[in-house]
Amino acid sequence: MPAKKAARRSRKKAARTRRSRAGSARTTALPVPAGPIRNHGLPREDLLAMHRYLRLNRMVEDKLTALHRQGQVVGGLYSSLGQEAISVGTAYALEPTDLLAPMIRNIGSLLVRGVRPLDLFLQFLARYDAPTHGKDGTLHFGNVLKLSLIGPISVVGSLVPVMAGAALAARSRGENRVALTYVGDGATSTGYFHEGLNFAAALRLPLVLIVENNGYAYSTTTDRQFAVGSLAEKGPAYGCAAESIDGTDILAVHAATRRAMERGRRGEGPTLLECRAMRMKGHAQHDDMRYVPNKLLEAWKRLDPIDRFEAFLIKEGHATKDDLESVARAIAPELDDAATRAQESPLPEPGEALRGVYREPGYETPWWPAA
Amino acid sequence: MTASRGATGRKGEAVTTTYLEAIRQGIWEEMEKDDSVFLLGEDIGVYGGAFKVTEGMLERFGASRVIDTPISETAIVGAAIGAALMGMRPVAEMQFIDFIACAFDPITNFAAKSRYRWGGGVPMVIRGPCGGGVHGGPFHSQNPEMYFVHTPGLKVVAPATAYDAKGLIKAAIRDDDPVIYLEHKYLYRRIKEELPKEDYLVPIGRAAVRREGSDLTILTYRAMLYPSLEAAEVLESERGVKTEVIDLRTLLPLDREAILGSARKTGKVLVVHEDTRTGGIAGEITAMINEEVFEHLDGPVLRVTAPDTPVPYSPPLEEFFLPNKDKILAAARKLNAY
Repeated sequence: MPAKKAARRSRKKAARTRRSRAGSARTTALPVPAGPIRNHGLPREDLLAMHRYLRLNRMVEDKLTALHRQGQVVGGLYSSLGQEAISVGTAYALEPTDLLAPMIRNIGSLLVRGVRPLDLFLQFLARYDAPTHGKDGTLHFGNVLKLSLIGPISVVGSLVPVMAGAALAARSRGENRVALTYVGDGATSTGYFHEGLNFAAALRLPLVLIVENNGYAYSTTTDRQFAVGSLAEKGPAYGCAAESIDGTDILAVHAATRRAMERGRRGEGPTLLECRAMRMKGHAQHDDMRYVPNKLLEAWKRLDPIDRFEAFLIKEGHATKDDLESVARAIAPELDDAATRAQESPLPEPGEALRGVYREPGYETPWWPAA
Repeated sequence: MTASRGATGRKGEAVTTTYLEAIRQGIWEEMEKDDSVFLLGEDIGVYGGAFKVTEGMLERFGASRVIDTPISETAIVGAAIGAALMGMRPVAEMQFIDFIACAFDPITNFAAKSRYRWGGGVPMVIRGPCGGGVHGGPFHSQNPEMYFVHTPGLKVVAPATAYDAKGLIKAAIRDDDPVIYLEHKYLYRRIKEELPKEDYLVPIGRAAVRREGSDLTILTYRAMLYPSLEAAEVLESERGVKTEVIDLRTLLPLDREAILGSARKTGKVLVVHEDTRTGGIAGEITAMINEEVFEHLDGPVLRVTAPDTPVPYSPPLEEFFLPNKDKILAAARKLNAY
C-alpha cells in the first residue's frame, strides 16, 4: 500500500478510536470474516465424535431451557449457544488425565469429560443425588481423582491461579499433565487473571488458558472492558504464548489447543488462546439482552459453530445430512429419559444443609470417593 | 545445612526452642515426613523468609518444594488451592499477615466452600506473622482472625507458646481442611521453652488451661496470654482472687466445653484479645456464655480489647492501643466487684 494511503488510513483509524473511547455509544465489534474449516489430520471417528458432542451440548441446554420454563430449574441457567465449539474443541483435545476446569458456559467440556446429562439435570434441579447433594448448582462440581476435573466457583477468573496450582502439583509429582481452564472477555479484567497468568508464566507451568471472547460480559461491551485490539495481545505481556482464533471453527480450536498443550508439555509455560465467538443468548435465562444490536446477532448467526461444522462434514464426505440428523434423533430420547429420572429423584433432606462443611469420617459426596 | 539443624537437637536432649524456631521445626518435620507437603510464598526460599521461618529449607528440600513466588497473594493462595485439590499439602506464607486481605476471595469463596459444595477437600495451610508491639504501623501489625472465623469451612489457630506453635503447625499441615495459622511476630524470639524431642501434635479445637482458678476466668489467646497471666498473678497475690487463665489456641472451632466449663465454675468471665473490639471473638464468646450458662454467671462477661482503630505507628499511640496488664487488672477488678 502506498505510504500516503496508509497514513490516511491510520489517521482515520485513530479518529475512530478516539471517538469510540470518548463517545457514549459502546460497541462490540462485528465478527471478522471466517475462513474455511480445515482438518489438521483428525480421523473421521474423531470428527464425528466431536460433532456428536456439539449436538449433545446444544440439546442438553435446550432440554435445560425447557425445564427452566417449566419452573424445574431452581436457580440460574446459562447458555453456551454459539460457543459450543470452544468447549468441545478444547476438551476433546485433552488427554483424559489432563486437568480440566470448566466455567459457567462449558457444559460441553463436561460432557466430553464423561459427565452424564443426568448428572447435570440433577444439579440444575438441586436433587440429593446430584454431584453436590443439592448444596450448589450449575456446573459447580468436580472430581479430581476419577475425572481430573476441578469445579469452578462463581467468581470469574478464580480458576486461573487454581489451575496453575493444579499444574504445579502434577509437575512436582513428575506427571506430564497440562491444566486447561476458561475465562470470558470480562474475566480478563480481574486480578485473578493477571496474577494467575503471571504466576503460571513465571513458573513455566503447563497451563492452557482459553479466553472466550463472546462479545459481552453480562451487558458490558468489549471496548468498555479492555483497550487492546485482541485479547491475545495480553499474552506477550506475561511472556506467554498467545493466539487469537475463530471460536466458531471447532477444528481451529482443537488444533490451537493441541499446540498449546505441546508447548506446555515441552516446559514452555502457559498459552493464552483467545477464541472469538458470540454469546447468542443473554447472560442467563432472565436476561433478554436488549442491549445487543440485532445486526451483531445476525452476523454471528451465520457463523453458527454446529452449522459450519456440519457443512464441512458433508462437503468433505465424512457424513450425509441424514447421518447428522440421526445423531440428534438418537440423543433426544436419552435426554428425555435423563430429565424424567432427574425429576423423579428426591430433593435433599433439610438436615443435609449442616453436613460436610469439614471432613467428616464416613461422609463423602457421591462424587468424591474417600482417599 | 543439615537436617538436624532443621529438626530437633541431639538425641536424648530437650532443646530450648524459640516460638519462631518451633514453627520452623514443625514445618521441617512435616516436610521430612510427607512428600506432599510443600511451601510457597514471597522470599521464602533463597532469603529464608522475611523473618527466617523457612531458613535452610530450600537447601534441604529443593526448589520444587520451597517455591519463591511473585508478589501475588491471590495467586499464591489460588495455586495452593489447586495443589491441595490435587492431594498436595501446601503451606503458603503471607510475608505479613496484613497482606492476606489480597487473598480474601480465594480463601473465603474457593477454599472454604469447596468441600461443602462438591467434596473437594483443600488441605492447605496459610500462615503469617500477626500482631503489634513492634511498631510495624497499620499494615504490619494487624490481627485478621475474625475475617476468617466468620467463614464456615476454615479453621483458625493462634498459638501462644513455642510448644503449641510447633504442635499446631504440624496439626494444621496434617488437617484435611484449610487452616489459617496466625502466629505472633512479637513472640517470635521473645518466647522460648524446652520442647519434647519426639513427634507431637496439638489438636485443633482444644483450649489449654494455663492457670487454674475458681473465682474468675480470663479467656485469651496468642500474645495476650502473657499480660493475662501477669494480671492473674497480681489478682491472686494482692486480692486473693483465684484466677483461671485459658488459652483458646484455636479460634475456629472454639473449644466450647473449656469455655463453658470454666464459666460455670467461676461465674465471672473476662475475655482479652489484641484484636479490635467490634466483631472480635469476645463478642461471640459472650453470646455463647449467655446462651448456655447464663444462670451460672455472677456478673457480665467483660472484655479487654484494642479499640476500634487501625494499629497506630508511634510508640505512645501503639502502647495506648494495645491491651496490657493494667487494663486487664482494671477490668478484672470491676468484674470481681460483682
